[in-house]
Amino acid sequence: MTRLFVGLSVGVAALFVLSLLVGPASIAPVDSLAGLFGGGEGPVAMVMREIRLPRAILAAMIGASLGLAGAAMQGYLRNPLAEPGLIGVSGSAALGAVLAIQTGLSAAFALALPLMALAGALGGVLLVLALAGPRGGALVLILAGIAISAMAGALTQLVLNLSQNPFAVNEIVFWMMGSLADRSMTHLWLALPFTLLGWVLLASLGRGLDALTLGEDAAQAMGIDLPRLRLVLILGTACVVGAGTAVAGAIGFVGLVVPHLLRPLVGAQPSRLLPASALGGAAMLLAADLAVRVILPERDLKLGVLTALVGAPLFLHLIYKTRKEMV
Amino acid sequence: MLVALVVTGAAALAIGAGSGGLRASAPEETLSAPDAPSRDAPKTVVSLNLCTDQLAMMLAAPGQLAAVTALAANPRTSAMAEKAADLPVIHGRAEEVYLMAPDLVLAGRFTDRATVDMLRRLGLRVEEFNPAYALSDIPDRLARMGDLLGRPDRAEALIDRFNADLAALRHDNKGPRAALYYANGYTSGDTSLAGQILRAAGFENIATEMGFGAIGALPLEMLAMAAPDVVVTGNPYPGASRAEAVMEHPVVTALKRGRVNGTVTDRDWVCGTPHALRAVTAMADLRRRVEAAR
Amino acid sequence: MTLLSLRDLSVTLRDRPVFSGVTLDIEPGELVGLIGPNGAGKTTLMRAALGLLPHEGQSCLAELDPGARARAVAWMPQMREIAWPVTVEALVTLGRTPHRARALSQADRAAVTRALDWMDLSDMRNRTATRLSGGEQARVLIARALAQDTPLLLADEPVSGLDPAHQIATMRTFGQVARSGRAVLVSLHDLGLAARHCSRLILLGQGRVVADGPPGQVLTPELVAQVFGITAFSAATEHGHVFQPLEVLE
Repeated sequence: MTRLFVGLSVGVAALFVLSLLVGPASIAPVDSLAGLFGGGEGPVAMVMREIRLPRAILAAMIGASLGLAGAAMQGYLRNPLAEPGLIGVSGSAALGAVLAIQTGLSAAFALALPLMALAGALGGVLLVLALAGPRGGALVLILAGIAISAMAGALTQLVLNLSQNPFAVNEIVFWMMGSLADRSMTHLWLALPFTLLGWVLLASLGRGLDALTLGEDAAQAMGIDLPRLRLVLILGTACVVGAGTAVAGAIGFVGLVVPHLLRPLVGAQPSRLLPASALGGAAMLLAADLAVRVILPERDLKLGVLTALVGAPLFLHLIYKTRKEMV
Repeated sequence: MLVALVVTGAAALAIGAGSGGLRASAPEETLSAPDAPSRDAPKTVVSLNLCTDQLAMMLAAPGQLAAVTALAANPRTSAMAEKAADLPVIHGRAEEVYLMAPDLVLAGRFTDRATVDMLRRLGLRVEEFNPAYALSDIPDRLARMGDLLGRPDRAEALIDRFNADLAALRHDNKGPRAALYYANGYTSGDTSLAGQILRAAGFENIATEMGFGAIGALPLEMLAMAAPDVVVTGNPYPGASRAEAVMEHPVVTALKRGRVNGTVTDRDWVCGTPHALRAVTAMADLRRRVEAAR
Repeated sequence: MTLLSLRDLSVTLRDRPVFSGVTLDIEPGELVGLIGPNGAGKTTLMRAALGLLPHEGQSCLAELDPGARARAVAWMPQMREIAWPVTVEALVTLGRTPHRARALSQADRAAVTRALDWMDLSDMRNRTATRLSGGEQARVLIARALAQDTPLLLADEPVSGLDPAHQIATMRTFGQVARSGRAVLVSLHDLGLAARHCSRLILLGQGRVVADGPPGQVLTPELVAQVFGITAFSAATEHGHVFQPLEVLE
C-alpha cells in the first residue's frame, strides 16, 4: 500500500517537472529551472513563471480534485459509474461560470467566477442525488446524468449565443471539453482556496464511505451520521468541481478512470481510494495536458478530448459489466 | 481581430473582396456624387458579405444597392456604418434575399454555401469575391465591383487615389518588431491583409520571423520568447469572452507594460477596401511613437 | 441491567399503523427470537428500536447519540449489501468503526480475529467478499456485526440462505454470545430453529406483540393457528423444544 502511494507521488512529481519542461518554446531544461527559480525578468523567466508553472500546478490540482470527487461520489452512491463530468456536475459548474462571465459579474468581482461555478456544481450534485440516490442504481444515475448534462449544456450554449460578443459562441467547446492553455497565476489564485476547502471536506469522508460499503442502515448503526456525510460530500464536490471548472472548463472521465484503475490496488476500500485517486487524478491530468502539447502543439487540442478517448471505452466496459444489474 | 474572427468562423465577417475607393484621408462622400450607371447595369443589388457591402456602397449609384448585411451597419465591424444605416439590412437568409428580387447578389467566398447554392438554384445571379490577402488585391476588387455595378469609371478613380495614397504612406525600412495578437492567441503573417498593413507601416512582424504565412495560433510562450518591441492586440468586443481574455494574460500585460502599444480597429482591418489605408496610417503613427520612445 | 427497553413503541408508515404499543425488555444472557408472518413488522420493529425510523413511544437505544448507540448495539440488516470487492478481513474490520481510532488497536484486532473464528471464516480472511457464495457472505456479515463487540446484537433474518450446518452453527454462536453476558435479538422465519435455540420468543402479529415468553409458551397450537394459520408438531424433548410446521389451515 505504501509502495502504491510512493509510486503515485513519484509519478506526479515526475510528470509535474516534465510539464514544466515541455512547451512550444524550446528552452533547455537547465535554463528552464534557472528561469523558474533564479529571479530575473527575462523572457525565459516570464514563460516559466507565468505560463508553464500555473499550467502545471492547475493540471495537478484539478486532476487531484476530479480524482478525489470521483472516488467520493462513487463511494457514496456505491456505483462505479459516478463521475462529476458524466453525471452533469461539471456541466452545471460550467453553466455557472459562463453566467458569471456573461453577466459581467466576474468582471466586477473576481471571485464571482469560482463562486458561481460552485453554485452551478452545487445545483448539479443536488439534482443527481435527488434523482439517483444511493438506491437509484446505475441506470437511473446515467439517465439523470444525461438529462442534467443536456440541460446544463443547452443553457450554457443559450447564454453564449445570447452574448453580444462574437467569440462567445465558439467557447462552448472550451466549456464542454476543458483546456489549460494560457491559464495564469490569477486563475490559480481564484481556484485554490475553494479547491483546498473541498479537499479537506472530501478527505474527511473516508471512514463514513468505508462503513457505507455495508449499506446505509448498517453504516448508520455503526455511528455514521449520514445526513452530515451527505452534506459534506455535496459541499466538497461542489467546491472542487466548481473551482476547477471555473478556470479549466469541464473535463470528463478523470473521476471515472482513475478510481476504477486504482480500486484493485487499494483493496477496494473507499477510504484508501480517496488519497490514491487524488494522486492518480493529478498524474492523469498532467499526462493528458502534456499529451495535448506534444501531439498537436499549435491546435489547442482540448483536454477532454484525450480524457474521453481513454475514458469512454472504459465507461462502455463498465456499463457492459453492470448491465445485468441495470435491466 | 479580423483574423481571429475569420478563424473562429464568423463567416459573415470574413475578409471581403476589395472595393472602391476613398482616400484614406478624405471622407467618402467627396466621391459619391451621383453619376448614372451604364444602361445594362443591375438595378437591384443585394450584398451578403461585410466586405462586398462596403465595396458596393463605395461604387453603387443611388438606389442601386438594395440591402447590405447587419454587420455593415455595426460601427465596430464596418468602416461605413453611417452610410449603411440608410440602407435596409438583411441577415443572410436566402428567403429574404429572394423576396427582394435582386438582379445581382454579391457574396464572399466564405458566405454560407447552402445560401449561395439555394440562390443560384432559384435563378439569381450570384457573384462571389475572394478575400483580399494583400493591399495589392484591393485595386482588383475595386475594379471587379466597378464592372459588376456598371461603374468602371468611378472604380478607376478610386483605384488611382488608393494607389497614390498607398505610395505616399508606404515605409519599407526595417522598423521595430511588432506582434499582432488577437483573441484566441491568433496572429497573422505577411500573406494576410493584416500582415501587409503592418509591413506597409514599416514594422517587422514577429509572426513572419517564426514562419507564419497567413493566420495561425501563436503560443503565448512563443510571444514571450520573441519579446517584440510592440504588441498590437485586438480591441475587445462588448460582452465577455474567454477568447479575448488571453489578451489580458499577465504575460501580455508584462510585454505591454511601460511601452507604446497598439490596437487593431477591426473596421479598418477586416476588409480589403481603401479604408485599410486608415489602418496603415494608424500603424505608421504607432511606429513613429515606438521609434521615438526608444 | 436491561440492554433493550421498549415502552409503548408504535410505528406508522404512510398513514398505515405497522404495530403499536410494543413494550418489552431484553436482559443480558437472552437469545430472543422475533417471529411473525410476513409483513408483521419484524424489520420495522428492530429499525424503530434502533432509532432508524420515526416512531412514537420510547426506545432506550433511539435516545442515545449515534456514537454511543454504535457501542451499545450492533445491527445486521436483512439486505446483505457488500458494495465493493474488499477482503473478508477488511469487511469484518468495519465492525470496529465505532471503537477504533485511526490505527487499529490490539483490542480491535482481537475482536476481528474472534469474530472470524466464531463464524468459521479464518481460512477465508483474505478472500474477496463479493466473490463468496450467498451463505458465505451472510456469515461474513454476521462476523462483522460480532466484531462490533456490543452488549446487544440485533440481526434481521441472519440465517436465511444458510445451509443447515451453518444455520445451526450460527444459532449456537448467538447462544454463546448470549451466555457470555450479552443479548441477541434475531428475527427468524424458521420456527424450528427459533424453538430449538432461542431462550425466548416474541411473536409479532396483527399489529402488536401477541405473545412473549419461552418457546413452549409462545408456540402453542392456538397461537400458531391464529397468527400463522398452520398446524404444527410441537414438543419439549431431550433435544430441547422441537417444532415442525405441518399443514396450512383452510
